[in-house]
Amino acid sequence: MYGWIFRHLPGPLWLRVLTSLVLVAGALFLMVEFLFPWMSQFTQFTDSTIGAPKNP
Amino acid sequence: MVVQEKVTATAKPATGVVILRKAVQIFGELLITAGIVLLLFVAWQLWWTNVESDAKQTAAVKDFARDLGGPVTPGPTPTATGGTAAAVPKDYGAPVVGEAPGHGGTIGIIYIPRFGENYTRPIVEGTSADVLDTLGLGHYGNTAMPGAVGNFAVAGHRQTHGAVLDNIHTLVPGDKIYVQTRDGYYVYVFRNNRIVLPTEADVLLPVPNQPGVRPTERLLTMTSCNPRFGSEERIIAYSVLDHWQPASAGPPDEIAAQVARARGEG
Repeated sequence: MYGWIFRHLPGPLWLRVLTSLVLVAGALFLMVEFLFPWMSQFTQFTDSTIGAPKNP
Repeated sequence: MVVQEKVTATAKPATGVVILRKAVQIFGELLITAGIVLLLFVAWQLWWTNVESDAKQTAAVKDFARDLGGPVTPGPTPTATGGTAAAVPKDYGAPVVGEAPGHGGTIGIIYIPRFGENYTRPIVEGTSADVLDTLGLGHYGNTAMPGAVGNFAVAGHRQTHGAVLDNIHTLVPGDKIYVQTRDGYYVYVFRNNRIVLPTEADVLLPVPNQPGVRPTERLLTMTSCNPRFGSEERIIAYSVLDHWQPASAGPPDEIAAQVARARGEG
């Protein structure tokens, strides 16, 4: 899959390496910004409140 | 790739086999990807959220401290009542109790020397995730304000998002905990901690675990998760107000340097 993507990137080798680095960085950014905060609601060890945490 | 070409040159596998190979390869790569994403998630939660929250909390402390009045050097100022400076904490009467700000508003700054001489964190109104995940200590809205008779209760993360109460188990009875608000400095003394189930909301009552009893003490209650990397229980730390001093009297000696630093004058 990743090999297929790499082979189908345009340009010479150095450009393809550069493009894939940018793609990896972009994926990382999307994960940190959106995926991980969403995932964190399923981990339990961050809940520090007591009783009904939904209360104001 | 060379190997693959050789194989196809000598004996061409059936198309079904080729498709199956591709499918297995893609499936494997997806599994490896999922593993890497999970590892990154762990790194993000245990490390990166702390970096992010520390920056936001430092900014919140700075914002709050900038608007504060009063001197940053300890000791009674000439404007303080009376001329005789006592060696023991001066009695300024009953503490002034401020109004709670709206959700997300900064109530004050907490200094806990036991957690390190740079331990300066904001206390923010509310205990929802948006407060606790970025700003550190959140005040339970239905509990008292600093200095009031009753229970001033705050929650904070043990791990991740700044890990504001990571060292809560290291408090020793007698440790001072300083809360600074617009009105002044409230000096609490740590009394004891308890480990309870997450459902035991009675620890937040004006007199903890005694519903309906009229409070006489001025308590500070901190809640965090327990064990350090879990949330099966909650650790509760109780402190009692020792004394208070108005902002005009300056900060207590022990935290004077930190107060000045928070104000950007140190």
